[in-house]
Amino acid sequence: MEKHVVVIFPHPDDEAFGAAGTIAKFRQEGVPVTYLCGTLGEMGRNMGNPTFATRESLPEIRKKELQDACKVMDVELKMLGYRDKVLEFEDLSKVSDHLKELLETINPTLVITHYPEYAVHPDHNALGAAAIDAVSRMEESTRPTVWAQAFMRGYQEILGKPDVVQDIRPFVKTKVKTILCHKSQAQGVLGNVTGEELTEENMEAIALEHFKEETFYTWNFENI
Amino acid sequence: MKPIDLIEVQEQIDAFAGKKVFIHLETTNGAYANHVNEKAYNVGAFIRNAQVTYEHGKIKGAGAAYRVGLKTENGWVYAEGLNAWELDDKNRLLMAGHDREGRLMVSLEISETAF
Ligand SMILES: [Zn+2]
Repeated sequence: MEKHVVVIFPHPDDEAFGAAGTIAKFRQEGVPVTYLCGTLGEMGRNMGNPTFATRESLPEIRKKELQDACKVMDVELKMLGYRDKVLEFEDLSKVSDHLKELLETINPTLVITHYPEYAVHPDHNALGAAAIDAVSRMEESTRPTVWAQAFMRGYQEILGKPDVVQDIRPFVKTKVKTILCHKSQAQGVLGNVTGEELTEENMEAIALEHFKEETFYTWNFENI
Repeated sequence: MKPIDLIEVQEQIDAFAGKKVFIHLETTNGAYANHVNEKAYNVGAFIRNAQVTYEHGKIKGAGAAYRVGLKTENGWVYAEGLNAWELDDKNRLLMAGHDREGRLMVSLEISETAF
């Protein structure tokens, strides 16, 4: 059994769409989970539908949504303070040092992050790479396992089938509740993910029907 | 934000003219445009806290699509597709264009203090 799980993603809502079912499963087993969230999604395009956020009010709104989501999942939250959309232009060795320091303090047995170059958004790819770099530089004896999430179009043709397939159906209610905490984003992102015309009324039901599993690749540190 | 009213927004643009102001200018179709639709391109640009002084500015257009141009000493600041605005609690003029799903497509903001 895992002793402590750390989730490293750049945006408030990445945890909800990517890993909330898996997180809920760990929490049910009593495993502590910490979410290191890279940015506040300051440059997000979804402003609610109908819009209730502005470019300037969005960070505070998303911060609150993130805190609510972490309460639903019952996980500890640490916000890393980077800025949305420009993470890839930071000095990534510094970001990696920052993550390594945090990981050495938390001492997790498992880290969940994005699969670099296979996670669509440049922030996902950059933070995933920094996280994997941080873990690779940790002492082998205390080095956590890494599960990397890929979802770029056609990723399985290149990477093969993911070796970690979490059946999240027993936890789908918690996952959808977590997603709906991100009010400014939920409808827009769910529309993309499910490919359905969503309204405020039908989106919960469609989401509950849609999510069945969350998949990851165990990172092989021999390869680098 | 509320729908753009030509006269109200023009008054606000006039109020910032001749002052040293900070600009946030942005256009985006999102980081997932190509992921969602293979034929689409990801396109976006933003500049945050550019300092300019404009001699005068105008808002033009009708219906739900407005353009704003600010004439500076050496050039122009321009945005197209704006349809919503507000003066926020920090006295900043926020203008944006949202699509039918409420997503931001373009944004032009003017403030006397840095964003
Ligand atoms: Zn994301």
